[in-house]
Amino acid sequence: MSTPTIAPVIELAGLTKAYNIGTPVETEVLHGIDLSLAEGEFAALIGPSGSGKSTLLNIIGLLERPTGGRLSIGGRDTARLSEAEITQLRGRSIGFVFQFHHLLPAFTAVENVMMPTIIARGAADDEAEAMALSLLDAVGLKAHAYKKPSELSGGQQQRVAIARALGLKPRLILADEPTGNLDTHTADDIFALLREFNRQTRCACLIVTHDPRLAERCDRIVRLVDGHIAGPV
Amino acid sequence: MKLRLPFAPLVALRFLREGRMQTLLILAGTTGGVAVIVFLTQLITQLQAQIVDRVLGSQAHVVIRPTEEANRRAIDDQGFATLVEPRAQRLRSVDQWENIARLAADMEGVTAVSPVVTGPAFAVRGQANKSVALMGVDAERYRRIVRMEEYMVAGRFAVDGTRAVIGSELAKDLGIRLEDKLRVALPNGRDEQLQVGGIFDIGNKDLNRRWVFVTLPLAQSLLDLPGGVSNLDLTVADIFEAQAVADRLKGATGLTVDSWMQTNAQLLAALRNQTVSNNLIRSFVVIIVALGIASVLVVSVVQKQKEIGILRAMGASRSMILQIFLIQGAVVGAVGSLFGSLLAFTLLNVFSSIYRNADGSPLFAAELEPRFILMAALVATLVGLASALIPARRAARMDPVQAIRS
Repeated sequence: MSTPTIAPVIELAGLTKAYNIGTPVETEVLHGIDLSLAEGEFAALIGPSGSGKSTLLNIIGLLERPTGGRLSIGGRDTARLSEAEITQLRGRSIGFVFQFHHLLPAFTAVENVMMPTIIARGAADDEAEAMALSLLDAVGLKAHAYKKPSELSGGQQQRVAIARALGLKPRLILADEPTGNLDTHTADDIFALLREFNRQTRCACLIVTHDPRLAERCDRIVRLVDGHIAGPV
Repeated sequence: MKLRLPFAPLVALRFLREGRMQTLLILAGTTGGVAVIVFLTQLITQLQAQIVDRVLGSQAHVVIRPTEEANRRAIDDQGFATLVEPRAQRLRSVDQWENIARLAADMEGVTAVSPVVTGPAFAVRGQANKSVALMGVDAERYRRIVRMEEYMVAGRFAVDGTRAVIGSELAKDLGIRLEDKLRVALPNGRDEQLQVGGIFDIGNKDLNRRWVFVTLPLAQSLLDLPGGVSNLDLTVADIFEAQAVADRLKGATGLTVDSWMQTNAQLLAALRNQTVSNNLIRSFVVIIVALGIASVLVVSVVQKQKEIGILRAMGASRSMILQIFLIQGAVVGAVGSLFGSLLAFTLLNVFSSIYRNADGSPLFAAELEPRFILMAALVATLVGLASALIPARRAARMDPVQAIRS
C-alpha cells in the first residue's frame, strides 16, 4: 500500500447515508465510512449484495449527496459546493464505467467517447475527435469507431465505456462491476485495460467487483459489510 | 471541416432521429395542425377581402353630405306644449364644396375625392319609362371612387355634353343599344335628350337599372343645383380606416360624413363573427398540437431516462438536459410548420380548382402569403417550445442515480 505524500484524491470521514429520512421506514445504508484513496491507487471495493457498494460509489461519484460526514475530492470539501459546481466537478474529474456500459445508443462509439468533452466544452472539435480516436485505438477499437453501440459486442461496448471514462483525463475512475456481464476472458482484457490506464495516467481507481480473482490483482481491497468498512482482507 | 453542433442541439436532433416512429407521428400531427391553420387563415382572409372588395366595388369608402335640415324651436319649451314635425329633406348642395373637397383631399389617408350630383329622374323611351338616379360626375375623378372602366360591357365610361353611360338592365328594359337616344324627365319638369355612349354591368341588377351617368354641369342644371354638388365621394388608402377618416372629416367640417363601415354595419358584423370563429378553430388546433407534442415528449423523457442519467453522470447540468427537450419541441414545431405550409399550399391549389364562382373563375387564388408562413413558423416553434416545457423540466429534475438504475 502506497503512502500518500500529497492530498488524497478522495477522502471520506464518518460518511453516512440514510434513505427515507423522517419516515417510519428510515434506513441507514452507510454507517460512518472512513476511506481515502491516493493518486495512482487501484482499489477494489467488494462486499455482498446490499452492503452499500453502489450507494458508496454513487456518493463518491457525486451522483448522490451523503447524509452526514465529510467527502473531499481533490482536497475540496464537496458539502460546500453548489449543484452546478458539483456537476462540473463530476464532469471534469471523475470518469464512470458502469456495469452495463451505459453507452448512448443514438451515438457512434467515437461520439460516445467524445461526449464528456462535448459537455465540458459545449461542442466537439477536431482535437477532441483525434483524442477520442486515439483512446479507441488504445482500447483496440479503432476499426469500430464509427459504429453504433448496437453493432458492437458486450466486451467492445465496455471498452468504449472505458475509453469514454478516460476522455477528460479524470483524476478518479469509478467502475461499478465493469466486468460483471462479460466472460472471463473478456473480463481479464477489460481489467487489464483499466490497470494499464491507471499506470499511465496515475489516476485513482475504485472498482466494485464480485470477482475475487480480479480483486486479488488490485493494490488494495476495501471490503464493505452492512454499511461498514470491514477492512482489507 | 465537419459541422459540429453544440451539445444540446446535437443530442436533441439525435434523440428525435432515434425516435423515428414517434417523431414521424408528432411531425405529421404538427404538419396537419399548421396546414389547417394556414389554409383557413389564407382562405378566410381572401374570401373576406373579396366580399369587401365586391361591396366596395360599387360604393365610395366615405361620403360627405350636407347636414340634414331640422326644425328648431324658436322659444324655450318650458311651459309650452310644442309639436315639432320632422322636415322633408330637399336636395341641397354641400356648402363651399370646393373648399371641403380640397380639405378632404389633403387629409391623411384619403386618396381620391369626387364631387357627385345625384337626384331622381325618369328614363323615357317611347311608351316605357323607368325611374332612375341621375348621377352627375366628372368621369375621370369618379373612376377613382368606383372602377367603372372595369365594368363596361359596351362603349367607354366617359360623359360629355349629352353623352351618358347607363347600366345593362336599363338598356335591356328600354331596348337601348350603344349610341341610341334616351330622354330623361325630371319631377321639376325639365328634360333632356341623352345619347348612350357606354353601358356598364356593375354586378348588381338594381344599380344596373338605376344609375344614369351624365356630366356634372348637365346634372346640376337638370336638378336645379347650379354650381352645387349633392355629395362628395372619397376613397381612402386603408378601407378599415374609413370610419376614422369619416370621424375626422365630420369634426373638421360639421357635415354629415358616412363611411362604408356604417352603411354596411351588418356585413362588417358578419365578417367579424367569421373572424372570431376562425380564431376559435385556430386556438383549438394550436392546443391540440401542443398537447400532441407534449405527450410525445413526456413519453420520450421516460424512454430516455437512462440516457439522461448517463449524460448527467458525465457532467451535463440540469439546464443542459432542459435545453435538449426544449429544442426537440421547437424543432418539431418549426419543421412541422414548414411541411404544414407546403400542405396548406397544396390544399389551396386543390380547392381553388374545385370551388369556382358562377362565372367559372376560381373562388379564391391558390396563393400563400409569406407572412402567413412566417406567422405559422413562429407560432408553431413557440408552441413547440411551450409544450416541451413540462416534459423538459421533468427530465431536468430527474435523479441521475434513479435514471441510470431503471
